[in-house]
Amino acid sequence: MSTQTTVPISPATGELIAVAMSGGVDSSTVAAMLRAQGTEVIGLTLQLWDQNRLAGKPGVPTRSTGRCCSLDDVYDARRVAESLGIPYYVVNQQERFERDVVQPFVNDYLAGRTPIPCSLCNNHLKFDQLLLTARQIGATRIATGHYARNEYDPARGRWILKRPADLTKDQTWFLFGLTQEQLAHTLFPLGHLTKPQVREIARESHLALADKPDSQEICFIPGSDYKQFIANYLDEQGERVPDSAGELVTTTGETLGHHSGIHNFTIGQRKGLGVFAPNPLYVLQIDPASRRVTVGGEPELNRPSLLVDRLNWIGIASLNAPRRAEVRIRHSQQPTPATLEPAGEDRVRVHFDEPQRAVTPGHSAVFYDGDEVLGGGWILPPETPR
Amino acid sequence: MDANATTPLLPEVLASMEPYWITHFANASSIHQPGQEARRGVDHAREQVAQLLGCRTAEVVFNSGGTEGDNTALRGILRAGDHLITTAIEHSAILTTATHLEQSGVAVTRVAPQPDGSIDPAAIQAALRPTTRLISVMMANNETGVVQPVEAIGQIAADAGVPLHLDAVQAAGKVPIRVEEIGCQLLSISAHKMHGPKGVGALFVRRGTQIESLVLGGGHERRRRAGTENVPGIVGFGQAAEIAEKTLADGAMDRLAALRDRLESGLLARIPGCGVNGATAPRVANTTNLWFDAVDSEALVIALDLKGLSVSGGSACHSGATEPSHVLLAMGVDKAHARASLRFSLLKTTTQDDVDAVLEIVPTAVERLRALAPALAGVNA
Repeated sequence: MSTQTTVPISPATGELIAVAMSGGVDSSTVAAMLRAQGTEVIGLTLQLWDQNRLAGKPGVPTRSTGRCCSLDDVYDARRVAESLGIPYYVVNQQERFERDVVQPFVNDYLAGRTPIPCSLCNNHLKFDQLLLTARQIGATRIATGHYARNEYDPARGRWILKRPADLTKDQTWFLFGLTQEQLAHTLFPLGHLTKPQVREIARESHLALADKPDSQEICFIPGSDYKQFIANYLDEQGERVPDSAGELVTTTGETLGHHSGIHNFTIGQRKGLGVFAPNPLYVLQIDPASRRVTVGGEPELNRPSLLVDRLNWIGIASLNAPRRAEVRIRHSQQPTPATLEPAGEDRVRVHFDEPQRAVTPGHSAVFYDGDEVLGGGWILPPETPR
Repeated sequence: MDANATTPLLPEVLASMEPYWITHFANASSIHQPGQEARRGVDHAREQVAQLLGCRTAEVVFNSGGTEGDNTALRGILRAGDHLITTAIEHSAILTTATHLEQSGVAVTRVAPQPDGSIDPAAIQAALRPTTRLISVMMANNETGVVQPVEAIGQIAADAGVPLHLDAVQAAGKVPIRVEEIGCQLLSISAHKMHGPKGVGALFVRRGTQIESLVLGGGHERRRRAGTENVPGIVGFGQAAEIAEKTLADGAMDRLAALRDRLESGLLARIPGCGVNGATAPRVANTTNLWFDAVDSEALVIALDLKGLSVSGGSACHSGATEPSHVLLAMGVDKAHARASLRFSLLKTTTQDDVDAVLEIVPTAVERLRALAPALAGVNA
């Protein structure tokens, strides 16, 4: 194995590292890398959701085959642990996942926002509960298969989070919520590697799953039909999708038609609007109070600024004055230049140099300084009153 | 400290099985002499198991273990329109089968235990209906060790003319079982819980009990369980049953109870915010189930495992993750305490040194869990 695959831990320190194992290539490779260099390792898998819970409901097979915590993934993770000769445990966090990820996910959509369950899961499960469990059972730190880098900066006295070597796999957008405490107790051994390198290490380590495809969809929603999931979940809870049908209007207030519920829409959505227009129409705004969904042409999607709250700072302790930064408002986008301006208690306003397309309430805006994550927050709907 | 999950083979058991893998490998149903040699092993084992239960040899049906026995007892007796009385603290082999039967028209009453984990015979009596066709009760609970008043329940069943099945998987080898005195028609046991091999067990079927076989095929086991006999397993089971009976007579359980009590009182003395689930009911000698305030038992089980101590913290779900114990929940223990409970179950080979080592390891681990929990729990709240 080449030197660049070495994770900076001295086996001599006797550290016990808990690897968060999903059954995928990345986390499996992390376990193999740590093991190969003689680090004491245990594997932990979070059991977050029972794929059979909604089985048999509309659009869900009676025996579900979803990815998250599926028996296949647990089996794969267990086989990796067995082949590496490390202790392996499945940790049940289904209740916490439902409370902190699934319910907020459903509530966000019902309130006209578009949530990011992966960030919630990172904040509440992977780097909170899993780290707690890992430390309780005697581990000093956790290691994950995320593509990100973290290091301690003595000058600032802060742990910093950096983009990975492989920018195509950059997962820092999902990690902006990490606290100093969490960063101090986390290893990202893949931060210096590219995905092809990781697969190569997996093959060299004789991991049977070296060529397993990457997962893409939201892990607890096989097939990615979130509308069906919301209906099925509420049905299971003995509830119904609340009636949020309303008008489809233009920016000038003209009614174009009616829609069946605000949770069916995401900012920037073009398909499924149910109206015909000479030029393509996009969802510009979702107003839960009036249930009005505003649509308009593509240029109207652009926004010069946005407001975020529930901030988390990583590279800096706080923002006391306007500063330049690059800002990313979706995972698939590169950071774009902007000015950050304090906007009161736990709020920041972002002024983009170039207006940005489809600013989506419920998503996060993550602030970068070059490679480094400064922090971030959650995007508020426009005109949210102070 | 996880003997209720399974036990190791005793060397004598392994030795008894040894000739039946290669030397006496023949099919016990074959009429030739090698077949007769294998048959001799099975017949001897049947006598040994009959001795343990106090029944006739013809009433012992060998099978694959406790789960099969439980399934056979319920599915072999009950038909649509029948009523089953069981309890809320049964093993999943009973509970899942009962739920399955419910879907095909069998009515099921699941009697709740009293707070101490015991079943009140009067509650069984009260659940009787004209259509009641079977009562199925666990003799000793796997999680709390609580021994049920099976003779009183047997009397109620006899008075009502309803067959009684006992799931005695956790009782066999720990308390004496006399099927005549209990008056049950059916009783399930499993070899691997009593130092026998895995994958073999027996169902006691009282003579004259009408029960259908789940496994159809040849006429094995007097047509009550088809399939070539697992000769080495059955022979090992017989040997384990014989030893279990002797050890019971030798007072091994008194010694084990003293060790269990030393463990229990030692933990109670060393750990604040800790107590015993089911302490006041009669229990098998090897089991104690304790709760620890403000502790996630799943993490504690892992922490202890990494220190070389095997215990159990509830029931494992399909993925291997832990669910809070349905037994404790049924006893009225709240969810937080059910999630904070551990089962220690001692082997007959457990020594005082083993117990004293546990008394060192567990308090330290509990302290570590409690110390870390508040520090991190608030981070993202």
